[in-house]
Amino acid sequence: MSLILHNVSYTYGKGSSDEKQALRNIDLEIGSQEFTAIVGHTGSGKSTLLQLLNGLEKATEGTVYYDGKDIYDKEYPIKELRSKVGLVFQYPEHQLFESSVIRDVEFGPRNLGWDNLQVELSSYQALKDVGIGEELLDVSPLALSGGQKRRVALAGVLAMQPEILVLDEPMAGLDPMGRQEIFELLQHLHKERKISVIFASHSMDDVAEYAKRVIVMQDGKIVLDGTPRQVFQYEKELEQIGLGVPAATRVMHRLRADGNAVDDSCITAQESVQEILRWYGKRGAK
Amino acid sequence: MIRDITIGQYYSADSPVHRLDSRVKIIATLLYIISLFMFDSMAGYAVAIGFFVLVLWLSKVPFAYVVKGLKPIIFMLVFTALLNLFWTPGTAFFSCGVITLTWEGLRKTIFISLRLIFLLLGSSLMTLTTTPNQLTDGLEHLLSPLKVIKVPVHELAMMMSIALRFIPILIEETDKIMKAQAARGADFESGNMLQRLKNMLPIFIPLFVSAIRRAGDLALAMDARCYHGGRGRTKMRPLKYQMTDVAAYAVCALYIIVLMVVVKFCVI
Repeated sequence: MSLILHNVSYTYGKGSSDEKQALRNIDLEIGSQEFTAIVGHTGSGKSTLLQLLNGLEKATEGTVYYDGKDIYDKEYPIKELRSKVGLVFQYPEHQLFESSVIRDVEFGPRNLGWDNLQVELSSYQALKDVGIGEELLDVSPLALSGGQKRRVALAGVLAMQPEILVLDEPMAGLDPMGRQEIFELLQHLHKERKISVIFASHSMDDVAEYAKRVIVMQDGKIVLDGTPRQVFQYEKELEQIGLGVPAATRVMHRLRADGNAVDDSCITAQESVQEILRWYGKRGAK
Repeated sequence: MIRDITIGQYYSADSPVHRLDSRVKIIATLLYIISLFMFDSMAGYAVAIGFFVLVLWLSKVPFAYVVKGLKPIIFMLVFTALLNLFWTPGTAFFSCGVITLTWEGLRKTIFISLRLIFLLLGSSLMTLTTTPNQLTDGLEHLLSPLKVIKVPVHELAMMMSIALRFIPILIEETDKIMKAQAARGADFESGNMLQRLKNMLPIFIPLFVSAIRRAGDLALAMDARCYHGGRGRTKMRPLKYQMTDVAAYAVCALYIIVLMVVVKFCVI
């Protein structure tokens, strides 16, 4: 399973007076079992990039390959791609529409033309995965709490059994508890179901905590691509494009700049606490 | 997908027409539309078209931009034109089987098409040079005499400006929901009419839910700022006629006079 973007550009309103290039010559490969964060300032092209991954928007130039096949080919089964690459929009709870939770989740699988048994099995499984109990199956999705709604919407995409799960700011508007729940869920899916997860985010702390790979975008181009530890060493560059680094990294960089012998490659709070304790203990011994 | 809808679009520019009081523009547009129906001669159209070109030039709105506004009525335009062309009795100049074209028909077709086109161009020039807020402000002022007979003029104007404000928001929202459902394998293009209508449900329900939610939020925000309707409410920028507005009225009057004179004394 692999998704490859080759020399992809995307221009909004091509040919009109308010033409705007959202993506410029993107080359990107997403393999199986990735946990990747896409970060970038508002308007950097993140959302457009995500919508290209399942063929919802068509690149104005370049090609997208899924498992080696060109998805812009006329013969390509686009519905199958929509199931293989599950796309969860920002505030996905706004698209809930059915009369009950279970029927809403079944919407996707039914559109794929699966038989009843398969639809029901995968829908129940998806709801179980996101932690929605059986007592809520027949409740109207509009009667749920905000966090529950989001998890139901997520289940609606999971029920289509995607191999890659793409999420546009999955934590937007949630409280700290809700954010953590969503992330634990994504990690669970990643580990147990072997799903590749790609998410756009504004929170560098979340990215440092969970992602294995970070892609930084600016003005429709990929400017950095690597592990969080590699990427967050570029504090100045990240600040210049209005992003910054995790709070933990900032603290360590400051300590280092003040002439203290700490290892400044820490990116999470836990790491830096340990590093500071180690350094403090050493200094105390002296 | 549906972002191309351009109802009541505003073209931002700094021109004498943009700076005019919105009341002047509303009255001038009304006068212009009425004037289009007052004559039936080439000379009259020449004056009317000339006046439009003058205002368009003053307004700095690109011609192509205004013409785009004709798109929604193309079908109606062609339909009326054909109807008039083929079914007007008179002196024939071309005949082939059941089709007979008459000089009278040709003349009528041209006149009616011109009338429709300039009716739309004239009113779209007004919306292109006036922001929706100015427009409703002007309307509220012009209709305020109706308050005497208990017409809630202020409330109507407020409703209109809110509705206009929400058009782009709802269009964007529809686009987003359509994409989200398409990502879940929804199909909006195939099937018969009934099937397609049914397929629209996953769009309409979330759209209504969000529209109602937005309306509730807006009402709350208005309440929080002590909005209590029109009674005793003053304006931050009260509409006040300037010299240029008076001049604009004079130009309109001049247009009507020239038109009347030309129509009376030219025979073509």
